[in-house]
Amino acid sequence: MTALHPPAPGVRDLPARPEWPDATGHFGPYGGRFVPEALIAALDELTEAYEAMRLDPAFLAEFDRLQRDYTGRPSALTDVPRFAEHCGGARVLLKREDLNHTGSHKINNVLGQALLTQRIGKSRVIAETGAGQHGVATATAAALMGLSCTIYMGEEDTRRQALNVARMRLLGAEVIPVTTGSRTLKDAINEAFRDWVTNVATTNYVFGTVAGPHPFPAMVRDFQRVIGDEAREQVLERCGRLPDVVLACVGGGSNAIGIFTAFVPDAAVRLVGLEAGGDGVQTGRHAASITGGDPGVLHGARSYLLQDENGQTIESHSISAGLDYPGVGPEHSYLHDLGRAEYRPVTDEQAMEAFALLCRTEGIIPAIESAHALAGAMQVGRELAEQGGSQPLLLVNLSGRGDKDVETASAWFGLGDHTAPTDADDRAVEAGRGADPGPGLDTDQQPTEGAVSNDDAVAGPDAGQQA
Amino acid sequence: MSRLQDRISAARAEGRAALIAYLPVGYPDVPGSIEAMVAAVEGGADVVEVGVPYSDPGMDGPTIQQAVDVAVRAGIGLRDVFGAVRAVAAAGAVPVVMSYWNPIERYGVDRFADDLAAAGGAGAITPDLIPDEAAPWLAATDRTGLDRVFLVAPSSTDARLASTVAACRGFVYAASTMGVTGTRATVGDAAERLVTRTRQVTRLPVCVGLGVSDGDQAAEVGAFADGVIVGSAYVRTLLDGRGPDGVRALSADLAAGVRRVGART
Repeated sequence: MTALHPPAPGVRDLPARPEWPDATGHFGPYGGRFVPEALIAALDELTEAYEAMRLDPAFLAEFDRLQRDYTGRPSALTDVPRFAEHCGGARVLLKREDLNHTGSHKINNVLGQALLTQRIGKSRVIAETGAGQHGVATATAAALMGLSCTIYMGEEDTRRQALNVARMRLLGAEVIPVTTGSRTLKDAINEAFRDWVTNVATTNYVFGTVAGPHPFPAMVRDFQRVIGDEAREQVLERCGRLPDVVLACVGGGSNAIGIFTAFVPDAAVRLVGLEAGGDGVQTGRHAASITGGDPGVLHGARSYLLQDENGQTIESHSISAGLDYPGVGPEHSYLHDLGRAEYRPVTDEQAMEAFALLCRTEGIIPAIESAHALAGAMQVGRELAEQGGSQPLLLVNLSGRGDKDVETASAWFGLGDHTAPTDADDRAVEAGRGADPGPGLDTDQQPTEGAVSNDDAVAGPDAGQQA
Repeated sequence: MSRLQDRISAARAEGRAALIAYLPVGYPDVPGSIEAMVAAVEGGADVVEVGVPYSDPGMDGPTIQQAVDVAVRAGIGLRDVFGAVRAVAAAGAVPVVMSYWNPIERYGVDRFADDLAAAGGAGAITPDLIPDEAAPWLAATDRTGLDRVFLVAPSSTDARLASTVAACRGFVYAASTMGVTGTRATVGDAAERLVTRTRQVTRLPVCVGLGVSDGDQAAEVGAFADGVIVGSAYVRTLLDGRGPDGVRALSADLAAGVRRVGART
């Protein structure tokens, strides 16, 4: 069986597709299709088209071309020695999905699904989005391929991620704020499914993660596995061996499945998924579906989810909009039950500490989602250091960049003015006092001789003219 | 035979379609919802779909979700449903539970079947459960003799129509338009085509849902279907504050619709 992105012949045998799911989309007891009958024909059509396309050389060539010339693949692998000092002395490598066009791994999947949409002759795509990264990626692919595009986004998330809403609209997409339920990602998915049931004749649903009904978990995995296929080869080439641990954040779980899949057959490689622990799993305010949930059915598949004794979905909580989801992809549930992957929670606080650390040690602003994986690397690296032995090699999927999170992070760290200007701010400016920028992140920072201090900085159009 | 099929067949013997009313348990509260269901029966409903509140009702439109959200937030769950089932049976209609799958799975499939049978429920409609995924439910309903109603849709292939109706007992639920629940200005002819196709593969009654909001539409649908399912219009009545009296009046209008002279040939 051919994978989507076989490495060059001779480097490695063609990566095997995992033996799961079965023909009807089951990963052991998980997955399947729990959807209204009205969607079955569309899911069957999608499955059939995908299975044909997956092996079609013309499709694979077109997909490869887009990945290379449009997304910018292969993405870099970056050694981060200064960050690694905080990981118990482990060597840490980042797989730089943040450098992809549109700023995250989401583009890998949407280019595949947009090509598929064209192939099955539909002219419109819809998608759900949480942080906005999948929405931006879908809007991007729709613009590239001339498809009409509607994005559903929880009203709460449209506020948290206003920048991405603007990006989607610039790209020509219609963004619909969802006001039902908890007004977050899970409700956006409900609305997108409703749209799909109603408009299925013309519309394809570009699902953003490895959850949902069959074929989405398997199809999205296949489109995302390029991350791990590339990284495995890059790590072998650079280090001459496989990593000891592969880490990724898990909301729905697409970036994690993307980097895990190539390593699943490598039994000695630990796979660690970091779930959003929010305020802490014990507080009940979290989004750690595997750590703090039970198996059940949500959004078309059986998997772990956060639910109450009545089987109602419990609202999740995370500082990261992209991980703020009460479910998880069925393959993760299966990997968990098999013991092939381990899942642990990272709190908002731990994630933000790692976020700040990567910014100031490596000059890389990560997405808050990805910061959960970085926090996991800090924990696991320190645990391994305590056990002794040779220097461990950690591979972390840096799934996205943090541009969209600057406002959230500024608020978290109390940096500067992160709210809309007020009259008081205007008066301060008029009086010659700018808004207080707040303390810097790095308390170890030494004043640099000759550096421009706040008092000397030249603002606005005059900047640079005195030099 | 089954209790649902018996009741729908009895209506057919009167030369009319059955009227099937949907109302969710817990809106405006549990007693209020039971009162509304009894009023629906008094107004002329033959069957009441007793709705189980669910946080993510992907098949339902905004009207039903608005009411169900209230019940979910109040912590209403399956255990509150059996009282409503008993009340509907006592009022003289056939109660059938309408539930998304996760509340049933969470409650326990066998426990649910036992408790539903004990409460006098005829069975359950499961909008997001297809027979392919239903092995534990098929076993539980076979063991208890409960009816199990699955959905067919205009997009269902002939092969799927055949396999789905083969798993049904009681009646077949024809989702008349491609879309979610909600009242519509016109019923459209997709429903009639779907009923015709379904009849070719089953002798079970075929009932049509999704779209009917008044007596005229009920007459229109009753002319070709064995049962007319009305949900959003009932819920809209409660949301508008018209209470049990409004529900009774709507039932009477719909019941007159399915009895309209000449409606059924």
